[in-house]
Amino acid sequence: MDIPSLTIDRVREGLVASRFSAVELTTEALRFAEAENPRTGAYLHFCPERAVAAARRVDGRLARGEDPGPLAGVPIAVKDVILTKGVRTTCGSRLLEHYIPPYDATAITRLESAGGIILGKTNCDEFAMGSSTENSAFGPVRNPVALDRVPGGSSGGSAAAVAQGTAVVALGSDTGGSIRQPASFCGVVGVTPTYGRVSRYGLTAFASSLDHIGPFARSVSDAATVLGVIAGRDPSDATSAAAPVPDYRAAIDGRVKGVKLGLPREYLKDLTSETGEVIERGVERLRGLGCEVREISLPATGYAIATYYVIATAEASSNLARYDGVRYTFRSESSGTLADLYRNTRGEGFGAECKRRIMLGTYVLSHGYYDAYYLKAQKVRTLIARDFEHAFQQVDAVVAPVSPFPAFKLGEKVDDPLAMYLSDIYTITGSLAGIPCMSVPSGATRAGLPVGLQILTRHFDEPGMFRLAGALEQQTS
Amino acid sequence: MRISEEQVRYVAALANLNLSAAEIVRFQAELDGILEHMDKLNEIDTTGVEPMAQVLFAAEETATLRDDVVVPPLGNAAALANAPQSGAGYFKVAKVIER
Repeated sequence: MDIPSLTIDRVREGLVASRFSAVELTTEALRFAEAENPRTGAYLHFCPERAVAAARRVDGRLARGEDPGPLAGVPIAVKDVILTKGVRTTCGSRLLEHYIPPYDATAITRLESAGGIILGKTNCDEFAMGSSTENSAFGPVRNPVALDRVPGGSSGGSAAAVAQGTAVVALGSDTGGSIRQPASFCGVVGVTPTYGRVSRYGLTAFASSLDHIGPFARSVSDAATVLGVIAGRDPSDATSAAAPVPDYRAAIDGRVKGVKLGLPREYLKDLTSETGEVIERGVERLRGLGCEVREISLPATGYAIATYYVIATAEASSNLARYDGVRYTFRSESSGTLADLYRNTRGEGFGAECKRRIMLGTYVLSHGYYDAYYLKAQKVRTLIARDFEHAFQQVDAVVAPVSPFPAFKLGEKVDDPLAMYLSDIYTITGSLAGIPCMSVPSGATRAGLPVGLQILTRHFDEPGMFRLAGALEQQTS
Repeated sequence: MRISEEQVRYVAALANLNLSAAEIVRFQAELDGILEHMDKLNEIDTTGVEPMAQVLFAAEETATLRDDVVVPPLGNAAALANAPQSGAGYFKVAKVIER
């Protein structure tokens, strides 16, 4: 059984033809993933008991002649910020090293109801704060394409697992680019759906108005299938959208002739030349398929980084207040008064990047600075969202780079937080607007480093996004 | 300079975050650089622009309301299972009131 070549369809065909059972496949996938994992460190831990139990349910359904579900038997990796009942969920943090969630995230429940098999939990930047997965308390992840380079972040482990072949698909979370950027760096498909499209229930909160759950896959079609399973209204998340979930896979029909694409001129000036060339070739391929490409302007782009890092850190400073040594496993040994207990637990438990963002977020919300930073950033966010509204009056989709450069070397940017923040420029705008956006492999640099092309569409126009991505994938492979 | 070491200490106290002397020096320099970048926000005119707190879509006003139905709660044991210290069905913390 060649685990890295599996797709959702191949798993299904194998099960239906009884070439293997779900338990056999799961056992083999776990064996393979555990053997291969040390190369990248994509997974933090595996959950074999849960995986085999889920596989038994799939085999039971097949034996009874029932529909085993759209993800029947599919080996899945899950970013370790998404809660799994009874399975350790660390968020890449020393604070939650021994945390065992008492409930499942809605996305997890839906994956397993659809027959999906969760193999284990993947490494990530602590509380999803970072762009390289170097901020994990449990060590970095290596990019399977080039082992001396980062996989991107914060969902670096999920992207690496899918690229390495130790999972067929994976879940990540995206607040400012944490799915798209690692997908681009590792050469896989990564989707950030419309804000509210997938329930956030059970996703450890970083910045609630920006957090998304989304899939990684090796094909556009597999990503579309996973999104179809996890999307939809959830009473446990008041911000989840009630809009009906269309058949995303059916949208991949190759009919892109006449689709109008906008190329934002503000996104093309800071690219490294090789990344720019790959993006240009991707856009040319879409043009070759009959898309009409025109240059557009998103004038507020230059303010996006400042806007994002004010809003995201403000929300993070509130969300991370709960880790105080009372409810969540870790408590400082040196705690005299209750106030000491809070301060020492947080001082010892959080890593440098979380502390930096808590400090920044607390500062921008503090007396005297709230209007100047937080309120101002919220207003600029409106302008960034309006930029896209205006763009979508002229074009059907925006195409753009994902990152100014391909995967960088481990340790290369770790000492310059502002430089790391600035590299999020192309992904942050879509996050602030809450529109669907994805990274689809578009080629590679001469050194063989993957480069993803980003496709952004109107709120809830995931079908249009998948249609374009599918057409580009056909041309690239 | 946008932020002083004194302010770093003040903000750390607001955030209940114990920082070492070395961290205070480092964060002063790093936050100062980041805040300088954030001052770019002053360049853009936002007169009459509504702040955006949440991504909103066209929806019925009551779209997020649901029937008030009782569902089984997590339960005391499950809620306490991850506590560093618990007892008699409660989270235990350092004593805050002297008798």
